[in-house]
Amino acid sequence: MRCNILLLAALGLTAAAPPPSGGFGRPATPAEIAAADIDVRADGAGLPPGHGSVAEGSALFASACAACHGDQGQKPLTGLLRLTGGRGTLATANPVQTVGSYWPYATTLFDYIRRAMPFPAPGSLSDDQVYALTAYVLRLNDIVPDGTELDAATLPKVRMPNRDGFVPNPDDAH
Amino acid sequence: MPDKADTGISRRRMLRRTGFALAGVSSAAPSARAAAADLPPWMLEQGAPVSENPYGVPSPFEKSVVRITGGKQPFPTSAHMLTPLQDLDGIITPNGLHYVRDHGGTPAIDPDRHRLLVHGMVDRPLSFGMDDLTRFPSVSRIHFLECSGNTPLYKSGKPDWSVQMTHGLVSCAEWTGVRLSDVLAEAGVQPGAAWMLAEGADAAALTRSIPVAKALDDAILAYAQNGERLRPEQGYPLRLLLPGYEGNTCVKWLRRLKLGDQPFQTREETSKYTSLMPDGIARQFNFTMEAKSVITRPSPGCGPKQPGFCEISGLAWSGHGRVVRVEVSTDGGAIWRDAALQDPVLPKCLTRFRLPWTWDGGPALLQSRTTDEKGEVQPTRERLLAARGTHYYYHYNAINTWRLAPGGEVTLAL
Repeated sequence: MRCNILLLAALGLTAAAPPPSGGFGRPATPAEIAAADIDVRADGAGLPPGHGSVAEGSALFASACAACHGDQGQKPLTGLLRLTGGRGTLATANPVQTVGSYWPYATTLFDYIRRAMPFPAPGSLSDDQVYALTAYVLRLNDIVPDGTELDAATLPKVRMPNRDGFVPNPDDAH
Repeated sequence: MPDKADTGISRRRMLRRTGFALAGVSSAAPSARAAAADLPPWMLEQGAPVSENPYGVPSPFEKSVVRITGGKQPFPTSAHMLTPLQDLDGIITPNGLHYVRDHGGTPAIDPDRHRLLVHGMVDRPLSFGMDDLTRFPSVSRIHFLECSGNTPLYKSGKPDWSVQMTHGLVSCAEWTGVRLSDVLAEAGVQPGAAWMLAEGADAAALTRSIPVAKALDDAILAYAQNGERLRPEQGYPLRLLLPGYEGNTCVKWLRRLKLGDQPFQTREETSKYTSLMPDGIARQFNFTMEAKSVITRPSPGCGPKQPGFCEISGLAWSGHGRVVRVEVSTDGGAIWRDAALQDPVLPKCLTRFRLPWTWDGGPALLQSRTTDEKGEVQPTRERLLAARGTHYYYHYNAINTWRLAPGGEVTLAL
């Protein structure tokens, strides 16, 4: 069934009668695509130019993030999940799911901080600042050492501890 | 409760203002006929002007029928509200009572400034305004929408939790929109495009990766809900609707669709909306909401007031298609009887079931169990926990048990 749907789509057909083609919407300009195209994939596709270090991230985290996440990402406000700790707990009776123990890709950290953080002012950070915060949160989780500077080439190479901890739901395979 | 005396006074004042008060007929002296017949006050004067509410509102006597929040929500804009299932009838959720889950608050979007970008692995990247999108042929379909975190009972629950607390993150509406397959055909999906990123225009810029097969199957770009434009908290002016899929994938305030050859591994499909199994491995891309049902009456706060006839009524649904059967037990699962399914019975839609029952006044354990057209039977709590453990968090669909006490009080039993 799915193969048939994909085949029909490839041929430009759908099961229901399609409307006459052409004349819907307008061509998207390269500029508007570039402005909107902010997602970052696990292989690093979409990472922007720029760079940021653990040291820069540490200072920025204290002013922009610690009020909610705690100065070490360890003591969040009630209802928030910890950013750090929990390594080795996932198969225990009390799993603690954090960036360090659970997240499979470091690139997701960059993507999420850039699109949604800081919570009161999303979109207010420069790409350099997002690289720096990403580096600092990874440092807090002992995933990168002090002195680390991240950019589009190095961030995708960071291997997260739980990288192999996910399987597609067998009942929902696509 | 409204102040009836005030209401009456204000109406009489209004009548005087508009010149309709009749000289010599005092509202302070009920007529002999009114006194003899003991007529209610609302039969002794004109009601509210027809044009009083250009957008109508429920009776003031129904003001307790509202959405509520569940538990502590330290960030009011990343929070949810639950549908009062115990107070609703039929299968359609009124728009003001549809459940809500926002991750960055409800944006106030000007539809004239809202655009949808379709790009990535397509032949023709396109930008659509709302007027462009609504020119496509429209379809209207009735579907449930369920938050994957609905029914947070893997670990525990409280006896006094109402069905609103346990199951209120499911709602059902008639959604009107355009077929996503038509929109994607206009852009020309390229061979090899297997995943589609959907992005919202809220402060969270929420993103999910959707299989292209689903996008081309029955996905809708919805702009209307129960006949009117989407409510802001439902994604005004445009949302993705993926029938049967978990609510989080049905991205609200939809601004961008990007086709790609692999999932985009966003925060909402890695850190969240993944389910941890007892062996420490997590299941990812848990899309379809499984077969599920719940008795909405009797339920906590809505117990029978006396022994005797008591209709058992509830809702059943499945993201796999139609509900084909609902069975009800009043003794904790020893004996099951088939409930009647109220028409219409639609795929990926709430189905109302009913069973006439005579309560003998004794203790009872009320349960419902549904079967969908795929053959999936709603599991017992024991079976669900044995398969998934207690840290799975999402997609809880076990048989629910209400404990009915001899006095008529109903509580949640696990």
